[in-house]
Amino acid sequence: MSDNQCLVEIKDLSFSRGGRKIFDGLNLKISKGKLTAVMGPSGTGKTTLLMLIGGELYPDSGQILFDGVDVHKQSRKELYQLRKRMGLMFQTGALFTDMNVFDNVAFPLREHTDLSEEMIRDLVLIKLEAVGLRGAINLNIGELSGGMARRVSLARSVALDPELMMYDEPFTGQDPITMGVIVKLIKQLNDSLKLTSVLVSHDVSETASIADYIYLLSQGKVIGEGAPDALFKDDTPEIKQFIHGLPDGAVPFHFPSPTLQEDLLSD
Amino acid sequence: MINQIASLGRTGIETCRQIGVSGIFLFRTLVRMPQIRKTLPLLIQQMYAVGILSLLIIGVSGLFVGMVLALQGDHILSQFGSEDQLGQLVALSVTRELGPVLAALLFAGRAGTSLTAEIGLMRATDQLNSMEMMAVDPLLRVIRPRLVAGIIALPLLVLIFNVIAIYGSALIGVNWLGISSGSFWGNMQASVDFRTDVVNGIVKSIVFGVAVTWIAVYQGFYSKPNAAGIGRATTNTVIYGSLLVLALDFVLTAMMLGEW
Repeated sequence: MSDNQCLVEIKDLSFSRGGRKIFDGLNLKISKGKLTAVMGPSGTGKTTLLMLIGGELYPDSGQILFDGVDVHKQSRKELYQLRKRMGLMFQTGALFTDMNVFDNVAFPLREHTDLSEEMIRDLVLIKLEAVGLRGAINLNIGELSGGMARRVSLARSVALDPELMMYDEPFTGQDPITMGVIVKLIKQLNDSLKLTSVLVSHDVSETASIADYIYLLSQGKVIGEGAPDALFKDDTPEIKQFIHGLPDGAVPFHFPSPTLQEDLLSD
Repeated sequence: MINQIASLGRTGIETCRQIGVSGIFLFRTLVRMPQIRKTLPLLIQQMYAVGILSLLIIGVSGLFVGMVLALQGDHILSQFGSEDQLGQLVALSVTRELGPVLAALLFAGRAGTSLTAEIGLMRATDQLNSMEMMAVDPLLRVIRPRLVAGIIALPLLVLIFNVIAIYGSALIGVNWLGISSGSFWGNMQASVDFRTDVVNGIVKSIVFGVAVTWIAVYQGFYSKPNAAGIGRATTNTVIYGSLLVLALDFVLTAMMLGEW
């Protein structure tokens, strides 16, 4: 993949937290206009990766290039300019609880544009229509279900028409209908708005159904990558275990520990 | 032994680090270009939250403090036949010390804890992170209006506390204990100096307002994003806020009386 086809490029990224190495020489590329999924077991640092791309965390070493610009070598002002070109849908929704649905979606527009209130209202209605929640415009955040909150969060994230849209575990804890709605929305938004999307998830079937390309992470490194079909056919033990949800294998069932006998016989 | 010394050293370094971080936090919050069009509505909203909503506790406390002062003052002064000096005693105690200090302690408990818990919960629910990701600086959008509101609100609350406390003492002294109204208010007027008593009290309240609100927003902003973390941060706001108010009161009083 040539560099001008990539919107985000991660080179030799290392990152540690609390003495634990989360990434160790990670390399990956996010292609423009594609929906790229980053998958892996819990605790592999998928959310941390999004925070690093957004410049909220700093790596120990390595580079993250957004449209050729090193995210972590920017001044605060320049970083904020870059972030206006990114959207992130948080796992929790992260909606502002002191505002209603309308004000939440209008928030980035009011902060970053000088549009009139009438224009902002029209834009908010368009964004909410896209996620099917135009009728919920006046609801308070406490009145929304988990799925609705994520859809509002999605509408807010795309309010400024970003080039890169990042989704942090969008399917976690959703009922099948809501999950289906969110899967469809992510795909639709990516295609109709010509976005580049990064989807972080461990829900294999939902992610595989919409992703163009999948990176599989484990222990700080990419252990597999490719189109969903290719990964499903891959026989590498680590990839097979994750894709098919096997409880034990290359990723052990037990957290590293002494043997049970040693523990029971110790003082 | 070595471990204990090392632990003490670690605590000392961590304390210095936190003081440094809180200083940078205050600097980055206040020393920025003012954005009046965006900040003013938020400031008014926060003035309501930290100021207006603290009025009841400040008013009721002021009333009782004034009434108790009148009872105690009259009890002591009557032993010397100086009940007429009650107005002077109450006014000087309230304007110089009790007003600023008690109002600041109540403010730390009422508004300070509320600020810490609110900001801490915003941190725990990723609201501050999402603001950052939307290229909106939470220091300017969330912290600055709350900090400035606290700094403006506390001196106003202290003035209200003072007025109600003096009114409460007049209620007890004049209307109940039968001290002459003329001597109560006359002695007060003759003894209270606007510059050295009232203004100094206001200066103290501004300093306390900065200290308490700074601690409250800092504790909330840097709280651990979980229930225990927010609980600890809220407790810290009351403890650090109260202790700092009392310590600063000593320093300011010594300076104002020319002893330092």
